[in-house]
Amino acid sequence: MSKIFVDKKAYEVNPKQNLLEACLGHGLDLPYFCWHPAMGSVGACRQCAVKVYRDENDTRGRIVMACMTPITENMLVSIQDPEVKDFRAGIIEGLMMSHPHDCPVCDEGGECHLQDMTVMSGHNYRRYEFRKRTFRNQYLGPLLNHEMNRCIQCYRCTRFYNEYAGGKDFGPQVLRNLVYFGRAEDGVLENEFSGNLVEVCPTGVFTDKTLKQHYTRKWDLQMAPTVCAHCALGCNTTAGERYGTLRRIVNRYNSQVNGYFLCDRGRFGYEHVNSARRIRSARARRDGQLADIPKAEALDRFSSFAAAGKMIGIGSPRSSLEANFALRALVGPENFYAGISDAAHRLLGEMLAILRQGPAPASLLQIEHADAALVLGEDVTNVAPRMALTLRQTVRQVWLDKAEKMRIPRWQDHAVRELAQKDHGPLFVASPYATRLDDVATETHRAAPDDIARLGFAVAHILDSASPEVPGLPEPVRAQAERIAKALQEAARPAVVSGVSTGSVAVVRAAADVARALAKAGKPVAFALAMEEMNSLGLAMMEPKPLGEALEAARRGDAQTVVVLENDLYRRAPAETVDALIGAAAHVVVLDSLEGRTTEKAELLLPSTPFAEADGTVVSSEGRAQRFFRVYPPPGDIQDAWRWLADVLGLLTRPEGLSWKNLDDLVEAVARTFPALERIRDAAPRASFRIAGAKIPRQPHRYSGRTSMLANIAVSEPKPPEDPDSALSFTMEGAPVEPPAALQPFFWTGGWNSIQSVNKFQEEIAGPLRGGDAGVRLIEPAAGSAPGYLNTVPAAFTPRSAEWLVVARHHIFGSEELSANAPAIAELSPKPYVALGAEDAASLGAAEGAAVEVKLEGGSARLPLRIESGLPRGVAALPAGLGPLDGITLPIWGRIELTR
Amino acid sequence: MLTPEEQREIEEETAHFPVRRAACIDALRVVQKHRGWVSDDAVRDIAEFLGTSSDDIDSIATFYNLIFRKPVGRHVIMICDSVSCWVMGYDKMRDHLKARLGVEVGQTTSDGRFTLLPVVCLGACDRAPTMIVDGQLHANLDPQKIDEILERYK
Ligand code: SF4
Ligand code: SF4
Ligand code: FES
Ligand code: FES
Repeated sequence: MSKIFVDKKAYEVNPKQNLLEACLGHGLDLPYFCWHPAMGSVGACRQCAVKVYRDENDTRGRIVMACMTPITENMLVSIQDPEVKDFRAGIIEGLMMSHPHDCPVCDEGGECHLQDMTVMSGHNYRRYEFRKRTFRNQYLGPLLNHEMNRCIQCYRCTRFYNEYAGGKDFGPQVLRNLVYFGRAEDGVLENEFSGNLVEVCPTGVFTDKTLKQHYTRKWDLQMAPTVCAHCALGCNTTAGERYGTLRRIVNRYNSQVNGYFLCDRGRFGYEHVNSARRIRSARARRDGQLADIPKAEALDRFSSFAAAGKMIGIGSPRSSLEANFALRALVGPENFYAGISDAAHRLLGEMLAILRQGPAPASLLQIEHADAALVLGEDVTNVAPRMALTLRQTVRQVWLDKAEKMRIPRWQDHAVRELAQKDHGPLFVASPYATRLDDVATETHRAAPDDIARLGFAVAHILDSASPEVPGLPEPVRAQAERIAKALQEAARPAVVSGVSTGSVAVVRAAADVARALAKAGKPVAFALAMEEMNSLGLAMMEPKPLGEALEAARRGDAQTVVVLENDLYRRAPAETVDALIGAAAHVVVLDSLEGRTTEKAELLLPSTPFAEADGTVVSSEGRAQRFFRVYPPPGDIQDAWRWLADVLGLLTRPEGLSWKNLDDLVEAVARTFPALERIRDAAPRASFRIAGAKIPRQPHRYSGRTSMLANIAVSEPKPPEDPDSALSFTMEGAPVEPPAALQPFFWTGGWNSIQSVNKFQEEIAGPLRGGDAGVRLIEPAAGSAPGYLNTVPAAFTPRSAEWLVVARHHIFGSEELSANAPAIAELSPKPYVALGAEDAASLGAAEGAAVEVKLEGGSARLPLRIESGLPRGVAALPAGLGPLDGITLPIWGRIELTR
Repeated sequence: MLTPEEQREIEEETAHFPVRRAACIDALRVVQKHRGWVSDDAVRDIAEFLGTSSDDIDSIATFYNLIFRKPVGRHVIMICDSVSCWVMGYDKMRDHLKARLGVEVGQTTSDGRFTLLPVVCLGACDRAPTMIVDGQLHANLDPQKIDEILERYK
């Protein structure tokens, strides 16, 4: 720590930070635009000017940019000096010259960094009285709105989009006061992280186009801390509601997980909550049709099924631990099945076992700090999107380290980039098809899953000869394995990433062996396994039985009633199998929030809550248990799945049903039942938590219209709904103090209305939130225990003559069930297809777009052909989770024929 | 499509740099030399030739005011509007040109013969006012001299 003096007051600061970060970290108000806590400094906007003094006798001082100034011991600084205040006021006046001042019609208004900084700098009256420069805006796709006149030329957008996120189709154009930020031509932004521009741009140039459809100012949103429901990474988000509809998602900072950024699936996938296909009341089948019934009747029927015979429950990786647990309690542990395909179940079980033995699952922050990475068989961008953005920073670590050795601070963004030029650190990507990280990969490897596993095992063997040798490895592959092993060996902090993409246990085991060999060599290895769903790992930790056994039980007549929890089984197994399961049961109860193929088959359908209306705990692929909280009370008869199940247990006078009064009771029951889940108690404070005797308000202090927004129904203001399940309230009254991170409903503080106010909530800039980031890690293998190698090298892949190995290809937009129901995401989703390599397509005599017949065990379909030059011979790809064959578990051998 | 000649010339330029993309300014100049201006298609072709994106090339193409992203006339007149020339009567020269050509600054004559553009100091302040036509400097201008000069460019 160093000591500095700002306006004569002493502060302890981290000497690795720059002066702006040091000042902001101490809560001092110093305006800035171009600096970004994750992207560092470029000194472009000149807004963060301060004065520094040579010594006590220096009365004049000199103006410097705080963001470009390193800390020196005992440095003398002034923010308040009149000359430098004047300077800052002049800068913002210049930046604002052509700004349209259209705050009332600007979507940024009320949470605008430019507004905040203008007020902070005291630029109250405009003097510029000439014509302003005006621009034509572009169509950028369904996610972002473009309003270039508001630009103040801070260059943050291009620094994020092009430099940080690796986007190619965007950039600055022209010069002087005409600088323009956009695409060469109108069109959909290609980068999967484009939505972050909403928060990165300090003005209203880039705003959320989905929010625009149902626009609400930040101050009018009721907000709650939640967790992204669209993959297993568990990015922390803030969701906002008004008038019973979910309006938008923004990032909720967590230094270990998502940091400052989300992927576009996570930001824009929320609109399934507002879908017209929502199930809004209980329904029961009458004369073949599902018809609405009252809640009490639904519960009666449900409990009568329980009395009628054996009941089995099918859980879900997209439901909370509590919901799965309540189902498990109702049907009994021996009748609780995983709502995923048996292959996915095996793979998930394998991944859990591997992580438990170690190395422990890495946080995204750990992966970012790695200085070399091997991605083995994982399509990171499409399965665990936020991690791809992390890996783009991983490849910069080598140069950040080098810069530091040359005494260039890490935050000196463009100096470090100049040093690195286009070079980057080692990243190896092995995948059956091209991935979106290939452009920063040192080398790629295209092969079938088994061959990818062999490459991995070969790397492990080179790293440690105690791990199994791979027989018959072709020389080029062996040489490549050598290069990969060398790079990982030379790295100080290597990372190994794999996961569910190839559907191959061998690939995951190979990745584990590489990570274990590195750990054995004493490296702090960052090891991560990508999973698909919000609570994939949590479901696995509850030890459900495989789905296939549910079918057997039904066939045996051991399943008079099947209860399906928030799951479309037709995505998990071939239609025939699901039909057989449903057909064998006398009663089918489905709990879900959206109508789908499975809900259509229900005899009794109970409306449950999507994430924004639910409370619960989920376990991310990092093994981090995180609690999410409802943004608004679910309307009508809709309630959490665990409440429906607890109600039934209550009617059956089962002890659980009578004792479960709120979420905490469920959390407690889960923690007591599963030692591995014991610490979920600490994922967030209990519902009884209070600050100065008060709950934490979900509504900001400027929330408007609460006395009148329901005046069309009744003129007296209704009593706000109670929330028995959390320490958050559905009101604006409450503790004006900073809550623990897990309960932070939004970031906002005096003078800082935009999301950049998060600066004020961190221990130090870009560090953990004060009091610790949200969530608890559940999987920490015992230190010093060295797990053995997995020793299962598969045979080399051999293409077959008239068959292809059909692998799944995930799509960030379209493959995930819930977000695919959001219109903006649906617009970006690919149409169903089957992909073949160029040679295989030629041998079939099929051209791009030709109709081909794909015949798999469990179904066949006619699909247009997509030619993907990278696909190895003998391997075909189908889009995961979308298209007519989405219930068939891949990879699988199948036939592909040209349709005549 | 870049012509074989353009491709050859750009290829030569790339030899001077460690990365291909660094030759982008020269590539723009080569195309402009042959075609008078740089179209959207040409931006795309250059990007492909140098292995980068159109957005990348366009951000450079639009940065330089001497790379023309719109068609220009057969001859480009660039009149200096910086301090010395302004002191020495730039505005009279400009008005004369505008009247003679029947265009505003920034426009092209209807017969496609001339485009009139402003330019910053040409480094010939001692002989102000000045202008450049197709790369050739003309100094110590007066209206009569301008008329004579224009006659030389058909
Ligand atoms: S568009 Fe926004 S982020 Fe980009 S330069 Fe302008 S103000 Fe900055
Ligand atoms: S990476 Fe996953 S958890 Fe994070 S925002 Fe995207 S979909 Fe959500
Ligand atoms: S924030 Fe320091 S110069 Fe822009
Ligand atoms: S000002 Fe015109 S040549 Fe210098």
